[in-house]
Amino acid sequence: MAKLITTLHIDGADDFYAELIALHAERTREESEAINARLILLLCNHVGDRETLREAFTEARRDGAASLA
Amino acid sequence: MPPIFETPLYPYQRSPDQDGATPARHAVVVVGAGPVGLAAAIDLALHDIPVVVLDENDKVSFGSRAICFAKRPLEIFDRLGCGEPLVEKGVQWRLGKVFFRDSLIYGFDLLPEAGHKRPAFINLQQYYLESHLVKRVRQLQAQGKRIEIRGMNRVAGLKVEADHAALEVTTPEGGYGLEADWLIACDGAGSTVRSLMGLDFVGRAFEDNFLIADVTMDAEFPTERWFWFDPPFNKGQSALLHKQPDGVWRIDLQLGWNIDREHEKEPERVKARLKAMLGEGVEFKLEWVSIYTFQCRRMEKFRHGRVLFAGDSAHQVSPFGARGANSGIQDTDNLIWKLKLVRDGLAPDSLLDTYDDERVFAADENIRHSTRSTEFITPKSQASRAFRDAALDLAARFPFARPLVNSGRLSTPSVYDHSPLNGVDGPTLPPVARPGAPAPDAPLAKGWLLDRLGGRFQLLAIGMDAPPLDIEVVRLDASEALARRYLGDARAALYLLRPDQHVAARWTAYDEGKVRAALARAMGKG
Ligand SMILES: Cc1cc2nc3c(=O)[nH]c(=O)nc-3n(C[C@H](O)[C@H](O)[C@H](O)COP(=O)(O)OP(=O)(O)OC[C@H]3O[C@@H](n4cnc5c(N)ncnc54)[C@H](O)[C@@H]3O)c2cc1C
Repeated sequence: MAKLITTLHIDGADDFYAELIALHAERTREESEAINARLILLLCNHVGDRETLREAFTEARRDGAASLA
Repeated sequence: MPPIFETPLYPYQRSPDQDGATPARHAVVVVGAGPVGLAAAIDLALHDIPVVVLDENDKVSFGSRAICFAKRPLEIFDRLGCGEPLVEKGVQWRLGKVFFRDSLIYGFDLLPEAGHKRPAFINLQQYYLESHLVKRVRQLQAQGKRIEIRGMNRVAGLKVEADHAALEVTTPEGGYGLEADWLIACDGAGSTVRSLMGLDFVGRAFEDNFLIADVTMDAEFPTERWFWFDPPFNKGQSALLHKQPDGVWRIDLQLGWNIDREHEKEPERVKARLKAMLGEGVEFKLEWVSIYTFQCRRMEKFRHGRVLFAGDSAHQVSPFGARGANSGIQDTDNLIWKLKLVRDGLAPDSLLDTYDDERVFAADENIRHSTRSTEFITPKSQASRAFRDAALDLAARFPFARPLVNSGRLSTPSVYDHSPLNGVDGPTLPPVARPGAPAPDAPLAKGWLLDRLGGRFQLLAIGMDAPPLDIEVVRLDASEALARRYLGDARAALYLLRPDQHVAARWTAYDEGKVRAALARAMGKG
């Protein structure tokens, strides 16, 4: 991992997390899926760097808990 | 039904070959008089290689097929001597609109790059292309070239030998045998030649049906390309509206997989769909309707000894991006000069293997593009659909998301970056004209650069002199337009160009040894 930041990089972790979950409050599964897809595209474009994105894809693909077991 | 579908273009005529005691031997036989077979035959005739074209039919391709022809094939048609009437007849457009559900999400302007003789593409019915190509064949015949089209001549049997192919041909008056030193199979996606040789054609079929209709109407639709994702008149599917010459509009409606094809084709049913799309009160007439499924596949190799496959017989793509006929024309552009050199004993037989290297590479690129467009238009999974819809949704508000929207990426020529025929690259020169790329056009004081190039090896000397070797030197002053595409920051450059107008090698100074080495390499002797 060269480029992807994997240490905490967000101020107010608990508040951020609550905001993320609030985004999906009272939403159906389909609505949430659509919100997530828009969110991912917005963030990917913000990151821009293809190598960083590929590193994130690799990490996302991996099921962390299972790989530790 | 327009009369062009009913008029024989190359009616059956008995050939003396049918009465010979032994099969006649020809230099080259082309199977199929579609756009690709006709382009191959014209190119052969221009190289003074006698050619016989066999087609099981005697008319233009029936109904709605290719309508969009890209810049590179138009340049090739110019070299073949028939680009002008195509561009004159074709419709040019640059504005488009994209709709998602019930709203217009954005419009675009393709803003063509200036300084090219030919536009990025034209819309023209495939039957016009084919009839112009046949006209060109007739002109060449009148000039005494040995080029012949035999209508109602169906290839039914084939035996491939080391130095020729033996064909069995059926006609309305019975069968006859024919031999060819070289056989070019341009007999389309269902290629008889391919099946007779037992060769595979593998790839992927898309589980979807498309209703393709050509309609004439007087309505005030602008000359634009309109594409709908999930419109109210075709829920969950897509639709396309595109203009052709003669007030004909192409309409594509995605229908999905589990449908009753016969029922969908009924005129009443089609009319009801089109009314919903075009709006009540718009008068239209159905010219032609058909339902297609699409696939992306290719042969493993396009060369099999003395048999060469080109066009749909060798590779097939979904129509998004208009890469079928457009890439087939580039196959023959690549093939014919190589065949000429090998036949004349000027190049080793292995030069023809580079047809395989270069055009298989191009086919893979085309398949990749058209598969991606198909995935965007008809997402294969729930997640894929969610991202597709998200991209469309965001595109309405943010220009960054518009390049993600993929309703077809228009055919552009492949650059043969890894071709064994490529020689030295002058590293500071502009990438658009690097070895393997088709030479970019540029305006000259009089006329166009590409009109001066092609058909033979040439040296293009810009802002410098080069002594004539055994090949022609085209010497040009370094105008601004040429400098932009060919010089970059250099003051002068020398380009070695192949007969198909692709760049073979380039330098910023003349060195005879290097030029000769690059020429040998480009002829497959390197
Ligand atoms: C709906 C649709 C839209 C398309 N849109 C575009 C587009 O916009 N742009 C584009 O570039 N492409 C487009 N295409 C693809 C394009 O139509 C094909 O790629 C093109 O026709 C291929 O040309 P071809 O000469 O290789 O084969 P074909 O056009 O299929 O010609 C093959 C010929 O071989 C003959 N033949 C077959 N078997 C035998 C035999 N045994 N003996 C003798 N003759 C035989 C046939 O009669 C036919 O004339 C579209 C296709 C479809 C279906």
